[in-house]
Formats: sequence, structure tokens, C-alpha cells
Amino acid sequence: MDRPLRLISANPVDRLARVVEALLVVASQPLSVEDLAVAANDDAERIETALRLLSERYGEGRSGIVLEQVAGGWAFRASREAAEACARLFERPVERGLSGAAMETLAIVAYFGPCTRPDIARIRGIAADSVVAGLVERGLIAEAGRDAEAAGAIRYRTTPLFERVFGLESLAALPRLDDLGGEADVIRERLEAVAEKRPA
Amino acid sequence: MIVRELELDLDAFEGPFDLLLTLVLREELELAEVDVAEIVLAFCSRLEERGRLDLDACGEFLVLVAALLELKARGLFPEEALELSELEPEEAAEELARRLADYRRMKEAAAWLSERLEGESERFFRLGPAPLAPRVERQLAAQDPERLGAALRLLATEPPSLSLGHMALRFPPVSQFLERFRAVLRRRRRFDFESEVEGLSRVEAAVAFLAMLELRKAGEVSLEQASSFAPIRVLGTRASTAKEGVDSQWIARSA
Repeated sequence: MDRPLRLISANPVDRLARVVEALLVVASQPLSVEDLAVAANDDAERIETALRLLSERYGEGRSGIVLEQVAGGWAFRASREAAEACARLFERPVERGLSGAAMETLAIVAYFGPCTRPDIARIRGIAADSVVAGLVERGLIAEAGRDAEAAGAIRYRTTPLFERVFGLESLAALPRLDDLGGEADVIRERLEAVAEKRPA
Repeated sequence: MIVRELELDLDAFEGPFDLLLTLVLREELELAEVDVAEIVLAFCSRLEERGRLDLDACGEFLVLVAALLELKARGLFPEEALELSELEPEEAAEELARRLADYRRMKEAAAWLSERLEGESERFFRLGPAPLAPRVERQLAAQDPERLGAALRLLATEPPSLSLGHMALRFPPVSQFLERFRAVLRRRRRFDFESEVEGLSRVEAAVAFLAMLELRKAGEVSLEQASSFAPIRVLGTRASTAKEGVDSQWIARSA
């Protein structure tokens, strides 16, 4: 270890860091700086300082527990070196056996959400009902109101669990849509080439 | 190679192509759930296994798959098919290209997510319902008890009692119709009930009906009706004049 853990200290930031650490141990979902500030009854700036201190302490390779910024908040996870042992003890049911169809549906909801099942079907060209139901059951997407224009169809969005499972700090961490190979021009050219070959 | 015997193993269906077509035509299988691209892939890999091009089979397969695709497209986008058919060919090609590009993007996004998931397979974290205590609501500013008292006093006053007078049903006396019908019977021996009550309110017609039954009970009239809902014909009997004046006290009351 680079330096010893200073678990007992009279330094006020250290004391706050211990409180933040305790809150993160108790929580089963990522906590935002605001959540931590309310619970610790302290101001956000000092919480951020405490989080920086804890990030250093709980970095990958320094401890069996790693503090990470994920799904819009901060959370502890197991270190990667302990992954094998964790895998013997725990399953990862949320992401086990996610089909290609489920991945495409997740991608559509992540980029275009909140969106309805007909929206998903329009892009994939196949009904999305059972895939959407499966993703809701896994907790990766959730209902997000109804679409007044589409006869009140239920709209879906991705959940914080989705961001956590995929290790995303937020949806902004997804690749930009423009960077994904849309190649609309190439497709259009190919369509036109096919159309020209067709006898009139 | 017989196209109809092509064995398929899809998410929504497993069995020969022929059975799939039958189920789709009988509407026992939702075509929207069937991935047609998978069928094409199955056919292509079968062709590849055989190592020679079977033009007959290809032709038959193309026709069947084209029909399936059309059915599926119509099923998936019943309204859009109409919208798209109104587009000029260039516009339709543009729209198709846009959709294909969208789908291509989402396929790449899905591939990115799969890769990401693979890379994150060593992440273990605590999962479970959030045990977070509800956030403390912001307290109201100090309030004046007098204002609360005034508000409660407003609520505590007894509301004015409501009059239900307008809701009572007013029935005319049955005797009024007994007399009326007897007067008619004095002029002619028979009349149609419907024509006599024409223009009367629902309640008046009901009382008139009671009067008619009363006359029938007293033997002053006999009633005829050809069938259900046919006009009711009232015929005076000889006793009609003798019974005049009886039952004039009969008054219907509201239930």
C-alpha cells in the first residue's frame, strides 16, 4: 500500500470522509453528492473533498473495495482482483443471457428514451413486446409515463441499474450517435443503385 | 431442395417453414414476433451446405419470403403503409435510407454495449432495494394559529340543507284516465291505446296504462294485441256503463 489508512483522525475532513464511507457502505444504490450532503448534514463542497479523499483510499489495487462514480452517483464495488471469488459466491442475474434483440432494444431506449414499444418496433422492424417485458423484469428499463400522441402507449427509459451494470457514469458516457456508423449516404447510394438496375 | 421443408430454429418458432406459413396464415403465430432475416439466413446456409445453386428453390423461397415480409410490414405499420404509399419514390428511398441508417446505428450501439458488458463482467456490486429513508420534507414557516382557527371555522359551519322538492315524481290520479277512457268508450266502442296517450309524458302514459288495466279488471273493456309491441286495442263491453264511477278514488303513488 502506498500509505497507511488513517482511519482515526481528528481532521474534520477525515471525520466527514468516515461518515460518507459509512453511508456508502449502507446504501444499495449509488448516492449523489446531494444525497450525501443531506444525510451527512454537511455542504456539498466538503462532501466532494471527502469523496476525493475516499477515491484515493479505495482505488483499484489499493483495497478489496473500490469507490467509483457510476449512474449519477458514488458507490462501492468489489475490486477486479476479487472478481473470481465473487463470481463463485454470487451470480449476475441482471445481465446473464441478454440476447442480441435485448441489446438492440436497450440501445434504442438508452438513445431515444423515453420511447414506446411501437417506436422500438419501428426501428428494429420486429415487435418488441416480449423483449421489453424481459428488460423491465431485469430492472434495466422502467416505465416513464405515457405518450399522449401515441394513444397513451407506455414509454420506457433506462434505469440507474442499467448504468451501473454497464459501468456508465451517466447516459452521456455512451458513444455519440453521430459517431456510430449510420452511413446514411452509403445506404442511400446503394438503394439508388438497386433502383436504377430495376427495369422500369 | 424443398423450401417448405426448410427446418427453422427461431426465437418465436421452431419447425419446418411450411408449418410456420400455415400458422401465420391461420393467425396462430404473430408474424411481428418472427425474425424474417433469420429465415433468410437459415435458407442461405442450407444452400451453402448443398454447394450448388438451386434456382427453383431460390425462386420459390423469394416469393414466399416476399409475401411474408409484406404481411409483416402491413401488420407492423398499418397506418404508416398508407403514409409511405403517398410518398414520391425519391422521398420513400430517403425515408428508407434514414430508417436503415437508424437501425445500423442502433446495431452498432448494441455491439458497443455488448463489448462494454464483456469488459465489465468483473464488476460486482451490492444489489437490492434502496433502503433509503424518505427525504425530510421542508418545514413550513411559522403559522398563525388564529388563521388556522378561521379556516377551520369556515369548514365547521353547517352547510345549508338542500331541497329535494324538484326530484319528486308527480303522478296524475288514475281516476282522471278512467273517466277519460269511459268518455271515449261512450262515443265509440273501441280505441287504440297508443293514439289516446300520444303526446303524454312517460309518467302520464304509465298511469293511463294502469287505468286501462283497471278497466280490464273491472270487466269494462277487453284488450287485444296482435303481438309484442303491437298497438293495444281497447274494446268496450256492455258492463262499461254499469261500472262507471267505481274506483274513482284510485290514486297511484310514487314508490
